[in-house]
Amino acid sequence: MSDTINIDQLLNELSEATQTYCKANAYDNPLMIGIKSGGAWVAKRLHESLKLKEPLGKLNIAFYRDDFSTLGLHPEVSPSNLPAAVDNRHIILVDDVLYTGRTIRAAMNEIFDYGRPASITLVVMIDRCGRELPIQADIIGKTITLKEGEHVKLLGPEPLTLSFSGTGN
Amino acid sequence: MTGNIIQLDKNGNLKHFLSTEGLSQSLLLSILDHAESFASVGERHVKKVPLLRGKTIANLFFEPSTRTRTTFELAAKRLSADILNLNISTSATSKGETLSDTLHTLEAMHCDMFVVRHANSGAAHYIATQVAPHISVINAGDGSHAHPTQAMLDMFTIRRHKQDFSKLKVAIVGDILHSRVARSEIHALNTLGVLETRIVAPHTLIPAGVEDLGVHVYHDMDKGLEDVDVVMMLRLQKERMRGALLPSEQEYFQRYGLTSERLAKARSDAIVMHPGPINRGVEIDSSVADGEHSVILQQVSHGIAVRMAVMAMTMGRHSDDIGKSK
Repeated sequence: MSDTINIDQLLNELSEATQTYCKANAYDNPLMIGIKSGGAWVAKRLHESLKLKEPLGKLNIAFYRDDFSTLGLHPEVSPSNLPAAVDNRHIILVDDVLYTGRTIRAAMNEIFDYGRPASITLVVMIDRCGRELPIQADIIGKTITLKEGEHVKLLGPEPLTLSFSGTGN
Repeated sequence: MTGNIIQLDKNGNLKHFLSTEGLSQSLLLSILDHAESFASVGERHVKKVPLLRGKTIANLFFEPSTRTRTTFELAAKRLSADILNLNISTSATSKGETLSDTLHTLEAMHCDMFVVRHANSGAAHYIATQVAPHISVINAGDGSHAHPTQAMLDMFTIRRHKQDFSKLKVAIVGDILHSRVARSEIHALNTLGVLETRIVAPHTLIPAGVEDLGVHVYHDMDKGLEDVDVVMMLRLQKERMRGALLPSEQEYFQRYGLTSERLAKARSDAIVMHPGPINRGVEIDSSVADGEHSVILQQVSHGIAVRMAVMAMTMGRHSDDIGKSK
């Protein structure tokens, strides 16, 4: 399946769709935040092509995950870094792969600990379906269907490639 | 004595934190890395993360403490845990309850973690062997044995200022004999691979066999501080002094007090640390304690982040099954 996905083309489409969406909703100066690690890599590309004025924000959702009691502390240790206050801002939240929706829930909880944004728009490169929470992306690069046990992961940061694994059941 | 067997679970993850002795370099670095991440929580609008929501932590202090207890308390609160502060020296044990009955009573209250400060060496280790399997124990200082979170917050402070441990010369100055901090620091510095660890103290305040820990012993402070990058001062523990170990505080200050003149022997960018509380004019001059080389107050702030890291690392159960997480 990885042969059929051209990442650069996908990122260009994602960036165009994000621009169109922001224009349509009159978000002139949105604050872009990428979820570490993969989401932050995708966000960096989008941030460059959209030429946003403010630096890119990065979110490490390790402290907000709901699987702490079964999995322990997530190894991602680089701290979250938001360049500006989120209060009353239109946030573009970026992740690489949308699956159960739990990462996005954690990210939104963390954002609200920084303040009260005007809105949050979710942009994902891949929607692999299999949601466990009522969370949907506003802008999706590509939707694919994977079986339980199959995984897709973005590898990076240079170059960005998609890795598929698992056999499914 | 505490080794790593009881401190680690079967997957090699931290279960109890009783001593820096016997833990691997990668584990100590992982504590520092997590602490770096937790430090950012203290700079935010909402200084709280939901990681330990619903967990109950009991601060069991059999010996008085202000800064250690309050920074553990703040660390627990920033992780969203509920915390009980038990000042045992004035409570049940003085009515004749045994330690193990006190522990079982707290277990019955569904506590998930005990943070233990005790005057006897080995107390936290003993408690870790007695508690139910789901409970983690953190040693907040046991007798003159260990004070591992203090050592790690000191390592965190050193790394923030000096980055690379392998090039550092570190001098630990003062009452080594009674110092659980010094012992935990020496183990941590050895594991993190500093170039040289020196201890500087009078003969009477150095424990027998300390050279076996790989440190160089100095009795002359001017020589001991020559070219060091880090000066770690220790408090003169008057409450633990039994017998005539020192002629007088004035004489101690003359020979081992850290003054600006003495500090000039160290490297020009040396940092000065002290675990607190400070005895001004006994082990350190006010001009140094408040001077530009001093990082003493930073140590206190770093203590919160390091204690958050250790609490989070010991409380999370680990598993090989990564499962579905996106």
